[in-house]
Amino acid sequence: MLTLNHFLVLGAILFVIGLYGAISKRNAIAVLMGIEIMLNAVNITLVGFSFFNQTKPYSTYLTGQIFAIFIITVAAAEAAVALAMVIAIYRKRNTVDVGEIDVLKF
Amino acid sequence: MDLASVIFWIVAAVLVVSALLVVTLRNIVHSALALVVVFATASGIYILLNAEFIAIVQILIYAGAVTILILFALMLTRITGQRITNPTNRQWWVAVVICAFLGACIVYAATFSPRMIPNTSNGVSQLPANVNNVARIGQLLYSPTTYSYVLPFEIASLVLLVAIIGAIVIGREE
Repeated sequence: MLTLNHFLVLGAILFVIGLYGAISKRNAIAVLMGIEIMLNAVNITLVGFSFFNQTKPYSTYLTGQIFAIFIITVAAAEAAVALAMVIAIYRKRNTVDVGEIDVLKF
Repeated sequence: MDLASVIFWIVAAVLVVSALLVVTLRNIVHSALALVVVFATASGIYILLNAEFIAIVQILIYAGAVTILILFALMLTRITGQRITNPTNRQWWVAVVICAFLGACIVYAATFSPRMIPNTSNGVSQLPANVNNVARIGQLLYSPTTYSYVLPFEIASLVLLVAIIGAIVIGREE
């Protein structure tokens, strides 16, 4: 029998895996991949809450899924802008190593 | 175990293993391909939770668009002559400790702690019959008269417009 805890624990495990990728990688694109995994983990948690909290009318407990849609929207926008920034930095400095990108202005 | 539990355990195992592959593989193109598996199996979790619309949006946007974007960025920022293209920094074990501690805290808070959310519903029995997920989400997103999220929807479209223009302005050649 599946309960809410299954999905919360799955979301937590995915979140910390993504967090590890985001804070330990040196390639800027790998950092972005970690952030995408973290956003996916949060989406799983939200959709799980919306599925298991069904004491209210249907249109109210779909709110978790609406939240997930907005998170997907913001994640797509974030990926586009961040990858454009990575490409711009690569063109100027010829590196994508986040340890070497250490000046705010050039 | 019923069928939903079996499917959940299979999908969750694939999801966690491929997410671990994303952060551990040495070649970053292999990491990007493992990321496709993460996104595709996450949509399986959404189907298990009766969220068909989110599952299809997940396939379209994440497995389609975001992955292509990441692969294009990898292609444009190719570093030649380096065998390990996805290195970790020197403090990676600190990251392991922090992530393990944070994960243990979240799992404790969600399952064992005295303030956890009580598990009252199994979700299946109270699902109304003849419900179209996509139609209800459409009503909840667009309806101008009843309770809906039409203003956040418009703001989200503005955010996307700003992101498109910003990406073009930041990424263009001088």
